[in-house]
Amino acid sequence: MKTEFAIDVRNLVKRFGDKVAVNGVSIQMPYGQVWGFLGPNGSGKTTTIRMICGLLNTTEGEGTCLGFDIAKDSRDIKIRTGYMTQRFSFWGDLTIRENLEFVARLYQLPKMKAKVDETLENLGLSHRQHQVADALSGGWKQRLALAAVTMHKPELLLLDEPTAGVDPQARRDFWDEIHRLSSNGMTVLVSTHYMDEAERCDRIAYLANGVMVTKGTVGDIIDKSGLITFTAEGDQIREFATHLKDEPGIEHVAYFGSALHVSGMNREHLEAALKAKARDGVTWKEVRPSLEDSFIALMKSSGADTRAHQ
Amino acid sequence: MSLSGSVSRIWAVWLKELIQMRRDRLTFGMMLGIPIIQLILFGYAINSDPKHLPTAVYLGEQTPIVRSILQGLENSGYYDIVVQTSDPTEGQSLLSSGKVAFVISIPAGFTERLVRGDRPQILIEADASDPAASSNAVGRARAIIGGSLKRELSGTLGYLAPTPEPYDLVIHAEYNPEGITQYNIVPGLLGVILTMTLVMITSIAMTRESERGTMENLLAMPARPLEVMIGKITPYVMVGAVQTSVILLAARILFHVPFEGEFWLLLVGVAVFVVANLALGFTFSTIAKTQMQAMQLTFFFFLPSMLLSGFMFPFRGMPDWAQNVGSILPLTHFLRLVRGVMLKGGAFSDVQAPIFAMGTFAIVVSMIAMLRYRRTLD
Ligand SMILES: Nc1ncnc2c1ncn2[C@@H]1O[C@H](COP(=O)(O)OP(=O)(O)O)[C@@H](O)[C@H]1O
Ligand SMILES: [Mg+2]
Repeated sequence: MKTEFAIDVRNLVKRFGDKVAVNGVSIQMPYGQVWGFLGPNGSGKTTTIRMICGLLNTTEGEGTCLGFDIAKDSRDIKIRTGYMTQRFSFWGDLTIRENLEFVARLYQLPKMKAKVDETLENLGLSHRQHQVADALSGGWKQRLALAAVTMHKPELLLLDEPTAGVDPQARRDFWDEIHRLSSNGMTVLVSTHYMDEAERCDRIAYLANGVMVTKGTVGDIIDKSGLITFTAEGDQIREFATHLKDEPGIEHVAYFGSALHVSGMNREHLEAALKAKARDGVTWKEVRPSLEDSFIALMKSSGADTRAHQ
Repeated sequence: MSLSGSVSRIWAVWLKELIQMRRDRLTFGMMLGIPIIQLILFGYAINSDPKHLPTAVYLGEQTPIVRSILQGLENSGYYDIVVQTSDPTEGQSLLSSGKVAFVISIPAGFTERLVRGDRPQILIEADASDPAASSNAVGRARAIIGGSLKRELSGTLGYLAPTPEPYDLVIHAEYNPEGITQYNIVPGLLGVILTMTLVMITSIAMTRESERGTMENLLAMPARPLEVMIGKITPYVMVGAVQTSVILLAARILFHVPFEGEFWLLLVGVAVFVVANLALGFTFSTIAKTQMQAMQLTFFFFLPSMLLSGFMFPFRGMPDWAQNVGSILPLTHFLRLVRGVMLKGGAFSDVQAPIFAMGTFAIVVSMIAMLRYRRTLD
């Protein structure tokens, strides 16, 4: 039943009442890759992931996941997929060990006890295995959830904002784990808001207002954005930035550390604007736009959320 | 679909539910506390004045005087003569199966001996396992029969009419001769308490998963609806068993309720009844969106169960529509069963109808639960 793509869905639409949450999303994702799923809050990432793994019926559209029809074979998909929900959804009144044992039994893992012991060992939670899951901090909860949804060695891993609210070190550990799983052959689709995480993905799909606005590698997305970016360095940059914001020809102004990025779509207009605002002690230098510059531009150009009226 | 897979998944859900039940101290305490409190609160009786009680008559002869007595009994409104028989043993079996509430026997030669002034006997055997139901009718019997005879005996037989009565009315209260109301109430309480606690607890089985946000995880894993249902309700069968033991012990120790029948038969009945209630609670939890709604559904069900099952008011005293509603409720059938076994010492053949009715109820509501079970988050 091996198909070309791990996820192959076309024109997925999901309406809740008259609200259109997802509006014609198509994804063709090959096996073995790690894809980042980006987009502002409410853009439809969670809803799309849920439709892919059979947790929500689609309003329109169709497709397969691991070769199984997302409308009819949701059970086959569930057996072969690990889905980590956006909100921690394991049982807080069960201990860490009991949660893992529950999952192991549901998936009928052989040598259940040894498997759970091994998972706890890898997690570094052996000494806390008898604490209830609610006692764990956010970062540990996410690691427990990841361990639980990968215990049955799924072919496809769907992670919905797994690192939201997790400290930087824990985020790095988490991503090391994702890459380790991927190198063992797992296909991973992960939604995130973090640019550094997006840059670790093979491909990025960007959703806005329920529509797939762009997709591709980091380089593709930056090139496709058609953005021109200058960076300014010098004194009192912060005060200076306020004068640039509403200038015609300037698409957006953003900080990266102490550097100011000023971007526009049209070179002539942008350079004219910068010349008009020239100032002593500030030097301009053209740079390659960053991924974040591209996303800020995308978010602006996709405009306000009008889905309720469609 | 492999059976071992199903068993493994049921086992997983079962263990999870058992652990969660044990950790939820408040609910766990309530499951044991409620029976004891209710038992003490309800240990005292409720009465009423039901009419139109089904009655069998055994007639040893057919004479105008006998017919007049029967007419008088029917006109009183208390007795509905549903069976007339000339077989002296038939009345007993009708009484023990609960088809009639009274058997009235008028022996052969009654009229002749009455005329001779021999004071012949009329026997009324009453099903007193529900004394509230039978006591008023029995109390009126003497006046009703006396009134009928007075009219019959006014002419040439007038000399027989004055005091004392020219006949001897013998009343046998069967199954609960002293008419002690607790004997009736306490076994009934077993049913009421099981209904309330078990429906309530399982009614939050799925809504709790939704409200805590764990539903999404449960749905994302490969457990089938029926597996989840069985896994979730069976831990509570054990709770029902503990409650049953507590109440039966209290019935014995506090209220000295006799136990006439077979213990295993009662256990079979209790088991079917417990499963019926748990299945209903689970069905509620597939209908309700929140735990609050689940509770409201439980009370919406619990009230008619209390009022229309024959627990509060004698079943036969209720209007037809109420009896029809009552016949759907498992508690109605459970009361028949538990009274039949504990007080009447009934055999399986006497109580198979209520067991069958409760079993049917369990199967029907389970089917509704499976239809209603959410397979997606829609
Ligand atoms: N069950 C639901 N009922 C109604 N609206 C919903 C439901 N789930 C999501 N939505 C709406 O659909 C849109 C997309 O939501 P979501 O997929 O959660 O976005 P994201 O995960 O990208 O933040 C949001 O506007 C959200 O309010
Ligand atoms: Mg989301």
